[in-house]
Amino acid sequence: MADAKAIKKRPGQMRLIDATQYRLPPAGWVSILHRISGLVLIILMPFVIWMFDTSVTDEVSFDQFRNAFIGGLGFVPAFIVKLAALALIWSFLQHFCAGVRHLYMDFTHTVDKEFGRVSALVAIGVAAALTLVFAYKLFIGY
Amino acid sequence: MSINYGSKRLVVGAHYGLRDWLVQRATAVIMALFTIVLVVQCLTPGEMSYLKWGAIFAHQWMKVLTFVTIASILWHAWVGVRDVLMDYVKQLAPRLVLQVAAIVWLVGCAGWALQVLWRI
Repeated sequence: MADAKAIKKRPGQMRLIDATQYRLPPAGWVSILHRISGLVLIILMPFVIWMFDTSVTDEVSFDQFRNAFIGGLGFVPAFIVKLAALALIWSFLQHFCAGVRHLYMDFTHTVDKEFGRVSALVAIGVAAALTLVFAYKLFIGY
Repeated sequence: MSINYGSKRLVVGAHYGLRDWLVQRATAVIMALFTIVLVVQCLTPGEMSYLKWGAIFAHQWMKVLTFVTIASILWHAWVGVRDVLMDYVKQLAPRLVLQVAAIVWLVGCAGWALQVLWRI
């Protein structure tokens, strides 16, 4: 039974904490960021609907919506509102870019390793660059 | 046609989960289209104001598109959350509690969003 001994002990069930032990390739980063950004979008959903509600209802509420980014929202300072908006913006952009990459690969049956690597870097890069533009507009240019 | 219920139901094999996979793609395309339509309308000439912003959602076709997008988000997010929970939460009880919590959260959000949309 030499062969049986040669077989390595199976690692068992993977836990979420184990994922931090791996050195991920770019495609792996896109994969885990897709999950993280998706969860952030779900958690921030009430914030999105609140913005939709106040911005679209009437002119008074539209001003309230604008004021949240200048004078804050209730006891929450404007800085935190902007930070939440930026988290939302990054999550959306990351999820959007990675999603487009996903759809492209599905539609064109692109499965080679090099495209997976390069497109993953592009997705992360485009999302990060656009997030920086919005961060500038939110915190400095506004 | 395979049996999809009872003690003889098919729980493994090809196509199991295909519908969820397809739903994830179809809803993604709808949300991407909505994003493009909204961004294009925002970028039309003229400064952003309540009048411009409100006018975008005043069109009936935009309301329908927004409605379909909200439904897509609901379904898309549910499939995604379910995938994540199946991967990381192995015990039955916490998984069920989190799944029910996710459904309550998502349906509640969708209801609120539709209420806002209908009264524009």
